Amino acid sequence: MLAKRIIPCLDIKDGATVKGINFLELQSVGDPVELGRKYALEGADELVYLDISASSEGRKTFTELVSRIAENINIPFTVGGGISSLDDAARLLIAGADKITVNSAAVHRPELIDEIATRYGSQFVVVAIDAKTIDGRWTVTTHGGKRLSERELYVWAKEVEARGAGEILFTSMDHDGTKSGYPCETYARLCDSLSIPVIASGGAGSVDDIADVLTRGKADAALAASIFHYGEIPVPTLKQALLKKGINVRI
Amino acid sequence: MTVIIDYKCGNLRSVSNALRRIGHEYRITGDAEAIKAASHVILPGVGEASSTMEALKNSGLADVLPSLTQPTLGICIGMQLMCRFSEEGNVPCLGIFDVEVRKLRVPNDLKVPHIGWNTVTRLASPLADGISEGAYFYYVHSFAPEIGSQTAAITEYGTAFSAILQNANFFGTQFHPEKSGEAGERLLANFLKL
Repeated sequence: MLAKRIIPCLDIKDGATVKGINFLELQSVGDPVELGRKYALEGADELVYLDISASSEGRKTFTELVSRIAENINIPFTVGGGISSLDDAARLLIAGADKITVNSAAVHRPELIDEIATRYGSQFVVVAIDAKTIDGRWTVTTHGGKRLSERELYVWAKEVEARGAGEILFTSMDHDGTKSGYPCETYARLCDSLSIPVIASGGAGSVDDIADVLTRGKADAALAASIFHYGEIPVPTLKQALLKKGINVRI
Repeated sequence: MTVIIDYKCGNLRSVSNALRRIGHEYRITGDAEAIKAASHVILPGVGEASSTMEALKNSGLADVLPSLTQPTLGICIGMQLMCRFSEEGNVPCLGIFDVEVRKLRVPNDLKVPHIGWNTVTRLASPLADGISEGAYFYYVHSFAPEIGSQTAAITEYGTAFSAILQNANFFGTQFHPEKSGEAGERLLANFLKL
């Protein structure tokens, strides 16, 4: 039986792991390769590394880091952050990434999804969608939630699927970093409307939150950062607890 | 020396990185003579069947592969190309394994592609030495080989399909051992010991 996936997410700035709270105050939490290896040994199903460096120097450091991750980690990993062209995707593929995530650039130029999926296959393209509710409407945002777009979550998700995305990583900017749980009704509606997997992200504060989004929210995977980085809920503890609740996870 | 076949399809690094992690030497090449002389051969691959089959033909390796006598392992699309036929692009393949590759037919509540970790059961392969029945392996695919007499392990996703195929010196895995944690590394090590 296919297992629900647990995915630690590592935000990388200039080669180090950081985690922000609502994308603001950043704190360093360790070497990205070592941290990734620790998670893999503990039973993480995949890893996501997001480059939040703004500079081109930081980006170069990140590409080198991706090569080191590929050499040292024995589970799949996705990389993202600032990918805006087929060349960016190619650079990360060559460095050894299993998948890439595109976000803001796809909102501005949706053809980017088609281009990468056609060239490297849908399995390589995860489209990240950050959205927040504005007057009851799930509005897609860009640049880490700082800018609002015209797009609406469910419509955009369908378009992204049609353009060849292999998976969708949906973060509610209303919940990200708050540890108050996920918007499960929204996830369930999204999952029902799509035929590709949905990864839930942003808002996990407890085992129950994650159990909830994987059952009631129908998500295929849950991604989290701070609960893992600060040792609040280690991966093995989380998986054992999910298993006890009857959720199929890989132990 | 183990050879990883380069036929200009997808990323070979994940396989080569995995071999390096388990301390095994390898060479990446598309040269027919080097492939024939190898101790072990690995055919990786990511992509669509008809275009990867085309690439294999263009590289001149479609004739070489079935004649190999050393242990040879196809991974994911590499394994599918070793089957008789693929529904993906309706393309005749190498015919090393006597099964067809079909689109995954799943009930509405299951998604395609089949992405993630799934259990592998009915293990009947030297590749699975020391690996427990029901161990998890990582999958990313929309097509899979049907079950036949050369099936050496199965996975269920809507319906059951061949997770491992074997025929004499030829082996194939639909999952990605190079991305399947310790179980995957064990399987690769088992293959390289053959």
